[in-house]
Amino acid sequence: MTLIAHPVRRSAGSRRPRGARRRGGGVPVALLLPALLGLAFLTLPLIGLLARTPWSTLPQRLAEPGVLAALRLSLLTATLATLLCLLLGVPLAWLLARVEFPGRRLVRALVTVPLVLPPVVGGVALLLVFGRRGLIGGWLDQTFGITLPFTTTGVVFAEAFVAMPFLVIAVEGALRGADRRYEEAAATLGAGRWTTFTHVTVPLVGPGLAAGAVLCWARALGEFGATITFAGNFPGRTQTMPLAVYLALETDVEAAIVLSLILLVVSVVILAGLRDRWISAP
Amino acid sequence: MRLRTSIVAGAVALVLTGCGTPGDGTADGGVTGTVTVFAAASLTATFDRIGRDFEAAHPGSTVMFNFAGSSALATQITEGAPADVFASAAPRHLAAVATADGTPAVFVRNQLVIAVAAGNPEGVRSLSDLTRPGLKVALCAEQVPCGSAASRALDAAGVALTPVTLEADVRGALAKVRLGEVDAALVYRTDTRSTAPDVTAVEFPESAQAVNDYPIAVLADAPNPTAAHAFVAHVRSAQSRAVLAEAGFQAP
Repeated sequence: MTLIAHPVRRSAGSRRPRGARRRGGGVPVALLLPALLGLAFLTLPLIGLLARTPWSTLPQRLAEPGVLAALRLSLLTATLATLLCLLLGVPLAWLLARVEFPGRRLVRALVTVPLVLPPVVGGVALLLVFGRRGLIGGWLDQTFGITLPFTTTGVVFAEAFVAMPFLVIAVEGALRGADRRYEEAAATLGAGRWTTFTHVTVPLVGPGLAAGAVLCWARALGEFGATITFAGNFPGRTQTMPLAVYLALETDVEAAIVLSLILLVVSVVILAGLRDRWISAP
Repeated sequence: MRLRTSIVAGAVALVLTGCGTPGDGTADGGVTGTVTVFAAASLTATFDRIGRDFEAAHPGSTVMFNFAGSSALATQITEGAPADVFASAAPRHLAAVATADGTPAVFVRNQLVIAVAAGNPEGVRSLSDLTRPGLKVALCAEQVPCGSAASRALDAAGVALTPVTLEADVRGALAKVRLGEVDAALVYRTDTRSTAPDVTAVEFPESAQAVNDYPIAVLADAPNPTAAHAFVAHVRSAQSRAVLAEAGFQAP
């Protein structure tokens, strides 16, 4: 009965009875003013970038071979890092939200470590584990001849390390906020925990999952410190857009602005496209 | 932005002399107040010491440092950061900002060495040894001073080499040697001095083709020009030259 009484998702139009807006009055100034200030704070630096963009040389800069290679590498590694985070992070979020175990609070705190750690330190920490002399890296190198630093896989590792907490925290929040009665109902109807997870839990937290994945992807795309420390900087192999921007800044501020803008436009277009297709679709 | 300051020493000095505003012309020929020095990251250790010496020589003055990559410092100065003195690791970054008087003076030079793990386990003796198969080498990117110096030195030696990474600064290259991720890196001699027991420096003759000049100048918009000039004079004094030489810098 509750299944019918509480539809999982409703389209935006049906959420509020007609006329509710008028009855509730306008937007309170106490909310509107800080909201607009917040928006200005977030967008003014972008306007600063746009104001300094050398529009006339934009096509030439775009045509430079290194730019497209860096952009392609950025999109590829951020997407692979997000997939890796989904593969490992969603089960981790489920574990934190649904299973009682000793030390859960500690584990939850540990998940946020990459958020607090300066990314460069994160990169050094990755080297100490996956590097040539690292705890696991030394064994990988000797046994399989696999080395991660200075490779594209290394870039994916660095990005996933820094971005995964965003996904885990978003998905865990969604899981904790979700109505557990659906899962209980599925269990009563004979579904195992795995079937319940794939058929009930994941669709239930779909929006949270999508939001987490977007945050994760965006963070991976902008990743700089852990990447340059763990994977180094080599054009075509480990030089992502943020690294190219940082180095361009050394010689030519305008080139750096153009590169940042390209990264920004591409990511906004992709995110806006995804949003229309998956995130807010009923 | 990283600010290093001897706040305690400065505060004590301010209390003792009872003056704190720049240019109020009391003690020591007007050298008083805070002098803000933007200096290349490779000068961190030496300038910290030189700053303390300056404060001791000029009671009532405080030296505040901002250490970073020279190009980042140049950008900060161009965008209006309040600085009195700029000591750059390359002349072109100082040329990008407005200075108070004429040509900036080169006060030290720095030369490249091959940094290898302590004791040189791979037996690297020359630049051409770096092309050995299986040897991992880190260079600085062309865009930063240590990278352009490296490519000049490699050109002079006629050595073509494929590094595994082009680091954004000399510290990054050095860190990868210290962590054992690369077998060698081309860095400045002063950097290997500051990391001495972990890293061994191998000198090579072609580094003479790639010497880096460090110029220093008082900035046009210096809030405290009197103290700024005194600081530049202090950096070029015999006392400071000894500090710089001890760290591996060469006299111009």
